[in-house]
Amino acid sequence: MRIYFLMILLLSSFPLLSQSCDYTLSGVLTDLHDGSVLEGATLIVAGSERFVVTDFEGKFMISNLCNETYSIQVSHPYCLTKGFSVIVSGDTFKSFKLEHHLEVLNEISIDGRIVSNQSKTLQENILSKEELERFGSRSLGDALASLSGVSSLNTGNTVIKPMINGLHSSRVVIINNGVRMEDQEWGAEHAPNIDVNAVNKLTLIKGAGALQYSGDAIGGVIIAETAIIPFKDSLFGNTQLGGASNGKGTFITTELTKSYENGWYASMQASLKRFGDFETADYILSNTGVNQQNAFLKAGFNSYDHGFEVFYSIFQNEIGILRASHVGSAQDLYRAIGSDRPLIINEFTYDIIAPKQEVAHHLARIKAYKRIGELGKLSFQYDFQRNKRLEFDTRRGADKGDASLDLELDTHTLRLDLDTNASDHSSLKVGVVGSFQSNFAPNTGVRRLIPNYDRYDLGAYLVVDYQLDDQWLFEIGARFDHTQMDVFKFYRKSFWESRNYDQLFADLVVEDDGNKIRTNPKLSFNNGSGTFGVVHDLDEKHKLYFNYSLASRIPNPSELFSEGLHHSASRIELGDLTFNPEIGQKLSFTLERREERFSFSINPYLNNILDFIVIEPITTNSTIRGTFQVWEYRQTNAQLLGVDFDASYVFNKTLQFNHQASIVKGFDKIQEEALINMPPVNTTNEIVYYSSKINNLRLALQSEYVFRQNEFPNTDFEIYIPETETQEIVEVSSPPPAYHLLNFNSSIDFNFSEKSTLTVGFQITNMLNVSYRNYLNRMRFFAHDLGRNVSVNIKLNY
Amino acid sequence: MKNIYFLATVLFTILLASCSKDNETPEAVNEEELITTLKVTLVPVSEGNTIVLTTRDLDGDGPNEPEITISSNLTAGVTYNGTIELLDETKSPADNITEEVEEEADEHQIFYTIGSGLDVSVTATNLDSNGYFLGTEFELTANTASSGSLTFTLRHEPTKPNQGLSSAGGETDTEATFAITVE
Repeated sequence: MRIYFLMILLLSSFPLLSQSCDYTLSGVLTDLHDGSVLEGATLIVAGSERFVVTDFEGKFMISNLCNETYSIQVSHPYCLTKGFSVIVSGDTFKSFKLEHHLEVLNEISIDGRIVSNQSKTLQENILSKEELERFGSRSLGDALASLSGVSSLNTGNTVIKPMINGLHSSRVVIINNGVRMEDQEWGAEHAPNIDVNAVNKLTLIKGAGALQYSGDAIGGVIIAETAIIPFKDSLFGNTQLGGASNGKGTFITTELTKSYENGWYASMQASLKRFGDFETADYILSNTGVNQQNAFLKAGFNSYDHGFEVFYSIFQNEIGILRASHVGSAQDLYRAIGSDRPLIINEFTYDIIAPKQEVAHHLARIKAYKRIGELGKLSFQYDFQRNKRLEFDTRRGADKGDASLDLELDTHTLRLDLDTNASDHSSLKVGVVGSFQSNFAPNTGVRRLIPNYDRYDLGAYLVVDYQLDDQWLFEIGARFDHTQMDVFKFYRKSFWESRNYDQLFADLVVEDDGNKIRTNPKLSFNNGSGTFGVVHDLDEKHKLYFNYSLASRIPNPSELFSEGLHHSASRIELGDLTFNPEIGQKLSFTLERREERFSFSINPYLNNILDFIVIEPITTNSTIRGTFQVWEYRQTNAQLLGVDFDASYVFNKTLQFNHQASIVKGFDKIQEEALINMPPVNTTNEIVYYSSKINNLRLALQSEYVFRQNEFPNTDFEIYIPETETQEIVEVSSPPPAYHLLNFNSSIDFNFSEKSTLTVGFQITNMLNVSYRNYLNRMRFFAHDLGRNVSVNIKLNY
Repeated sequence: MKNIYFLATVLFTILLASCSKDNETPEAVNEEELITTLKVTLVPVSEGNTIVLTTRDLDGDGPNEPEITISSNLTAGVTYNGTIELLDETKSPADNITEEVEEEADEHQIFYTIGSGLDVSVTATNLDSNGYFLGTEFELTANTASSGSLTFTLRHEPTKPNQGLSSAGGETDTEATFAITVE
């Protein structure tokens, strides 16, 4: 439909022909962007010496023309010169539009962005390509954790899940090239399926400000984008090769872009990464290797007026899970915690065996936009994602080598967005989003962790901002989402009855075979969310941000449907069908100072979450496999209070000092105790030497200090140990001691040839080879964290 | 323009094709490696009664606790030949998991933990292909009249050979504790 519409528009711009020779062509030249008139533009009639200049009203008149087709070249100092074909038929009036502001055009081009400003009243933290490249051999989560207020919830050192101001998983929304990632992000041991090497710019919003993407980002939003393609004829790219000592790994990544001045472009990227077993300061972490491949391809056409893009990316990886972490029962867990080293340490290998994860994520997207007069820019987007996750446990007999968990999550999303400049002072964004999601779990011989379900979402949003004057900017937005879930779930009868579901949900039962109950829950949620914010420029250097956001998140499938042993956590997890959506209200202030010498930003915030879903231990359960701790999801009211602080001081042209510190306190207001897994206080200090004279040499020495988390709920429990015939306490809650790491980072550029530069980077992390454990690493019970790592990377830009 | 039209058509076709998955009747999962029952049979070498110790947990990791039964007390001075059977009794007929364990003997081991006060001695009598203990067959000697706990633990992928349960690593598949009396 859209295509026909575009064609009709194009065709209708050609008037009819007729015959004669003393006619005039008159008209007005305006800016395509905002409709303003363009004064002082030159119109040249091709094939003749004739030219006219537009007056202060943008008007022009060319006389003595025949009834024929003329080529007219229009140029203006701030615009792209453009040729028009005009058919003169009698005295003709014709308006021309030029693309004003080349620099603006580049910024708001289609490439990977839906809108240029994600949130105007929440401070955005941005990681540039240059900064991201330092994490080439690591992961997206590692790169994000370098920002203040961001930590990571790790499972070993390859599954790195970003945590924003103490919140993670379903509460953090990740937007990859304008598409909301649907990659089973609810699981604490599921890392985002994005390769850090495929990202050109990473934006972090610590709050639910980006309503165009979601209304449920209680923790925050992470936006990953590929590079913006310039409007010029060029072919460029880069190749990066790296190696690291810890894990004896290598990676290669390459990117190539072809662009044309007329707006057409194509770009591709591919990367490969392979690591073997990592090591701590003292021993090898057996079965922790990673094998990752990633590629994307995009092509399209950009102009100020309209454009389209097709994008496809694939990300796949195989991640080994520390062999010694796979324990059977609480007794095994007790023994593992009691042992200073993992109970299994083998020779170094690149081979990955069970337990392991294999994930593939496909993302296909098509989008198109068209500017409709002064109304604004209308964008349409369809995307499809397929996330295939396989998890392998140690299995026996005929099932050996087969996955225990097999999930395929497909998501289709259609969206229509209108981005307008209502006036010079205000802009309005409005849109509708519809999506269909289906989770399919084939029979693996192990009970399904996540049931099969279909999910339908429909959402609409509106965001308005208003620039009162040079000092005040206001933003207000609202969003509504309706969600329906149609679930196909088998329950064990003993569980169904123990939870009293036979009384509460008798109508959901489809079939009862005595052991298992087949049910068909149909859930429906209506969620409202909103944001209000102000930015005030105090003076040239100081800026104050204030933002209030209301976000609602529906319970995720594991919170609703878990009912059994979660192998990788060696605990029994119980969800609850009766959960309500979580509602978060976050107040955030930021005082920012930007200046040549001394800059800082201080960001205190308060996040109050109603019906916050937490999982915590309630009891232990004896089974034939041994004793297990039973963890149950419950809803409570939570409060997160914290401050993020960033500062930098420039001593002189070559020397700079950077400082970061974050503190967050999570509190369960009903149980009156600390929330589990809150990031401990941490601070990073860095001294950077940089010289543009010595080949852009950059040397950075960084100190990273993480305090011990002193606030945590006591979730320790007692079990019986047959060998000693004693009751023993399994210390699962006590956090490890504080630690201090030193890191070194350097890079230097060489001009390889006229058009290409070679950048050589050299890094050492954990220089002192400190042996430490990280409270937010789920493997801390079994092993220490990573020891020293020396890495080198070489990048060629061409 | 033609390109756009073509691409739009292709994508729309993919959309339609991929939407047609049938989720209506998911297949029920019969847990394949479930062990519900551990049965220890003690046959006296010379004379006396055969004794059977059983633990049974039909809902696996569900809320119900395992049921433990002991057919009779042991007799002091008697040596028993013991065999261990692992079953999945949610299937009919019950699946015999012992066979799988014995086929993969080098990846499994049964450990015996004798509680203080109980005066018995237990030695594994069957080995894996590398000559290390498997332990689904054993010899138990009831020494003097006493009582205490006797625990059988099946470990999957322990380090072999090893110094016992605490350092063997691997994953506990089954653990059963019986309160034994020798009279």
